[in-house]
Amino acid sequence: MSDPKIRIRGLTKAFGDKTVLDGIDLDVEAGTSMVVIGGSGSGKSVLLKCILGLIEPDAGSIAIDGRDVLRLPRQEREQVNARIGMLFQAGALFDSLTVWENVAFGLLAQHKANRFEARGRAGAILAQVGLDPSVGDLSPAELSGGMQKRVGLARAIAAQPEILFFDEPTTGLDPIMGAVIDGLIVDCVKRLGSTAIAITHDMASATRIGDRAAMLFRGKLVWQGPAAELLDSGNPLVDQFTHGRREGPIQMELRR
Amino acid sequence: MIDPLDAVAAVGRGTIGAVRSTGAVALFGATGLSHLLRPPFYGRMFLLAFIEFSYFSLPVVALTAVFSGAVIALQSYTGFSRFGAESAIAGIVVLSVVRELGPVLAGLMVAGRVGAAMAAELGTMRVTDQIDALGTLSTNPMKYLVAPRLLAGVIAVPLLVAVADVLGVAGGFLVSTVKLGFNPSGYLTSTFNILTTTDVVAGLVKAAAFGFLIALMGCYHGYNSKGGAQGVGAATTSAVVAASILILAFDYVLTELFFAR
Repeated sequence: MSDPKIRIRGLTKAFGDKTVLDGIDLDVEAGTSMVVIGGSGSGKSVLLKCILGLIEPDAGSIAIDGRDVLRLPRQEREQVNARIGMLFQAGALFDSLTVWENVAFGLLAQHKANRFEARGRAGAILAQVGLDPSVGDLSPAELSGGMQKRVGLARAIAAQPEILFFDEPTTGLDPIMGAVIDGLIVDCVKRLGSTAIAITHDMASATRIGDRAAMLFRGKLVWQGPAAELLDSGNPLVDQFTHGRREGPIQMELRR
Repeated sequence: MIDPLDAVAAVGRGTIGAVRSTGAVALFGATGLSHLLRPPFYGRMFLLAFIEFSYFSLPVVALTAVFSGAVIALQSYTGFSRFGAESAIAGIVVLSVVRELGPVLAGLMVAGRVGAAMAAELGTMRVTDQIDALGTLSTNPMKYLVAPRLLAGVIAVPLLVAVADVLGVAGGFLVSTVKLGFNPSGYLTSTFNILTTTDVVAGLVKAAAFGFLIALMGCYHGYNSKGGAQGVGAATTSAVVAASILILAFDYVLTELFFAR
């Protein structure tokens, strides 16, 4: 069996005396989608930010294509990051730029296109996420939440990344728009042949996007398995979470 | 019982905190400057920051300068006319405007206008993940957001101060000739006789330093803000307060360097 695209070993991160990630081991095979579920504050976002190098972990290793990215010099690290696209939870669109400049930002930054070409390619990418290319001239503030998510997705896939991260892609959307965005995500990941990690607490979304799933609870991965088995995993923690039961092994922490 | 060592501990904590944040600011500034030497360069970002710094600050700086020059002429007249030293007024006006009031007042006005806006913009970008997003799009946020603003501050504020110098002297000139009845050509002659190149250069060097401090404080506090709307508000306040205090402190240090003998 070949090396996994992303191999995480013993990843640990604490903020002060609060341990957010506690020895995470996770493999994501090339071309598959991994969904990480877990409650609010369970460290899902921190996990993605560690892989992106936005947060420095305290211990552990993260290997992409077999190379430990935490020990790469900064320039090579940036080259690795250039192959990763990310859809942020609230879109994180640059509000000082127009929609097409947002979508083409990575292309322009990597000098893959001049402004004229970039504009055309931004239009084509917008069409891929179901938006009319004329939307490109608007500013992000003029768009609805669902359209902002689409533009965020367009921006994430613009440079045809090998790895895609999705941070709660359906949060804040109505169920139909959520399903539409999930469909677009699956299409894009398939078309690019990318490896994807999505974090979510939306079960419908998790089973639609993911090939495999993992559950994060109190900084540890308590379960891993096929995403299709999320709803009947046999694991009491996962069962309580996926079925949204109040009673069970997970007690809501109201104070910290 | 109050343990007297608590007081010592508090002083120690404060000292460590001050040293740590000074170090963090210095490192931030040095990183920002180092990006000015390594490509890629973001000319468009520099231009936007430069226009914000210079063109849009011009009205407020110009008004400040005119009124300051005018009020110095008025004040020194009431004092100096008592012992017949009216001839010194032109010199007082031009030296105080070029050496001190031009750079310091322009710096404080720009700190309130541009420094605050910078901290608010970068702070909002931070709390809405836009700064993290830059990193995922092959763009170093220090290079894209901070370096152009630092450069714009260093170049734009001296230009603003040059304008402020001229307008400040003009304000004093207007009051002296129109209200106080000075001879216009005599006033201008004594203005230019007393002014030296050192005065002008010192004022402009101060302005460049203040421009750097304003941009540094705006970027540092905005870049490191956290915690939503309240955090952005706090960052904006810190940026303006810190820049204002640093301007006054560095004004003293630079004056000491240039003029103390």
